[in-house]
Amino acid sequence: MRYDHLLIRRYIKPNSKVLDLGCGNGELLLLLKRERQANVRGLDIKENKVAKCLEKGLSVLQLDINKDLHDYKDYSFDYVILNDTLQTVYSPIKVLNEAVRIGKKVIVTFPNFAHYSVRFYLLLNGKMPKTKALPYEWYNTPNIHFFTIKDFIEISRKNKLKIIDKKFYNKKNSGGTPKVFHPNLFAKNALFVMSKRYSGEHK
Amino acid sequence: MENSKSIVKTKYMGLKEKVKLESGKTLPNATIAYETYGKLNKKKTNAIYIFHALSGDAHVAGSNSKNDKNPGWWDYLIGPGKGICTRKYFVICANVIGGCKGSTGPGSINPKTKKTYGLKFPIITVKDMVNAQKKLIDFLGVKKLLAVIGGSLGGMQVLEFISSYPNSSHLAITIGAALKQPSQGIAFHEVGRQAIMRDPNWKNGSYYNNAFPNHGLSVARMLSHITYMSEKSLQNKFGRNLQDKKSLDYHFGIEFQVESYLNYQGLSFIKRFDANSYLLITRAMDYFDLSRGRKSVDGAFKKTKSKCLVISMSSDWLYPTKDSLEIVSALRANNIDTSFIEIDMPYGHDSFLIKNNKFPNAIRGFIDNYCKEEIK
Repeated sequence: MRYDHLLIRRYIKPNSKVLDLGCGNGELLLLLKRERQANVRGLDIKENKVAKCLEKGLSVLQLDINKDLHDYKDYSFDYVILNDTLQTVYSPIKVLNEAVRIGKKVIVTFPNFAHYSVRFYLLLNGKMPKTKALPYEWYNTPNIHFFTIKDFIEISRKNKLKIIDKKFYNKKNSGGTPKVFHPNLFAKNALFVMSKRYSGEHK
Repeated sequence: MENSKSIVKTKYMGLKEKVKLESGKTLPNATIAYETYGKLNKKKTNAIYIFHALSGDAHVAGSNSKNDKNPGWWDYLIGPGKGICTRKYFVICANVIGGCKGSTGPGSINPKTKKTYGLKFPIITVKDMVNAQKKLIDFLGVKKLLAVIGGSLGGMQVLEFISSYPNSSHLAITIGAALKQPSQGIAFHEVGRQAIMRDPNWKNGSYYNNAFPNHGLSVARMLSHITYMSEKSLQNKFGRNLQDKKSLDYHFGIEFQVESYLNYQGLSFIKRFDANSYLLITRAMDYFDLSRGRKSVDGAFKKTKSKCLVISMSSDWLYPTKDSLEIVSALRANNIDTSFIEIDMPYGHDSFLIKNNKFPNAIRGFIDNYCKEEIK
């Protein structure tokens, strides 16, 4: 079981409606369906991933996050999840704003590009960082918009998004929530729970 | 182990009441040819209905006789242990009215005149086809189907079914379908119809006691067959290869393999299809438009309760993915639980008829999981 999935599970209240943007093969959705009795929906752009979801009996749409979110109605989901997805899209800000429109709460996880191993890699090698968490070459990585924890907090503020909660974790560290000292330097990954800041129209 | 070679017989049901048609006319004494596979359970909750495409028929799986060389048209998908497992499910498929594979059509005897209908056969629509088949479903005692499934014209019938009978199927799967027949589709159909109607043997549809309009029908099929394939699949299959020779003969006979293939397709089609049925069914498809009589097409699914799976095929240019996405939008506008996948196969619109694992896996996952979770 992936640690980030377990972490996300904690935030999902039973019987809620969940949309996973970039749901991959549907593991997280299946977990939330089984253990939270959640009413789950997924979206992914890849045929083979969507096929895996269908084999699991999940409701999923093969669509493009970058341009196909407009058909979702405002606050039609309790949670919208962007699990390691935001850094792979063309317009992360647009997608983030769409997510907080569609979901009452949004859970975002992403790899922190300011982790010390990434910093050292660039400093020492002078090449685009390749780490265990980020194993791709610069030319074939799906992660086209890298950012750091600091960047994310900054952009959330700029877009008037409310940060409800945050957790920092290193994927290997799967025993409970680790306390990470100076997360922008020592956390490989981050999780943020967000919503629209001035949203009196929903609970 | 039971295998797909188990013999299945075509059955016939006579409709007692007249079928009221969308045109205002009626069809008396209609017969519906159908086949079933597997067993209907006691609660009658395991029935899956398959709607066939333009040139299909009720024989969707298995064999009709011991030496049957042609197993059903979707045999790779339906049978014991297959994508739609007939050990679990009761599968039904019927020939559409207006067809020529056992259900009443223009080649049948008109009870009023005791002669073949020919052009006296009333114009039918997709809705008429569906209404007639609903009577078969009622006759079989199935109140609510587990699933309705169809590709192409079959997909149009699925859409019509969940619109007209919004609470009569738990699940619905459309493949390479559209909310309305696109202009290009009408255009190709019209060329086919003209080829038939300009054949001197057609004689306004009254050819049953004379020579058949085989030239026209075969040309119509050659054309439509191209629209069911893709540029890539034609290129891969034939390229510019010459037919059984090494050099050109400089004449208008067969030079290229692709010509020979198309001619063969045309000739084999005339053995199994009636030209007037071809006119009628293509016309029915051209009329298909779920927005007709409605403010917007979304209204067609206002009451629909079925959970839906919409499938398009990456190489299908006749009913491209864009058309399937319009179905997805209309369903979602009505808060219908909808899944969508664009299956990546190179064979064009006919991809769903060509043996593969993608369709069986997707359809099995969609139906089996629903049964586990929802049908107790």
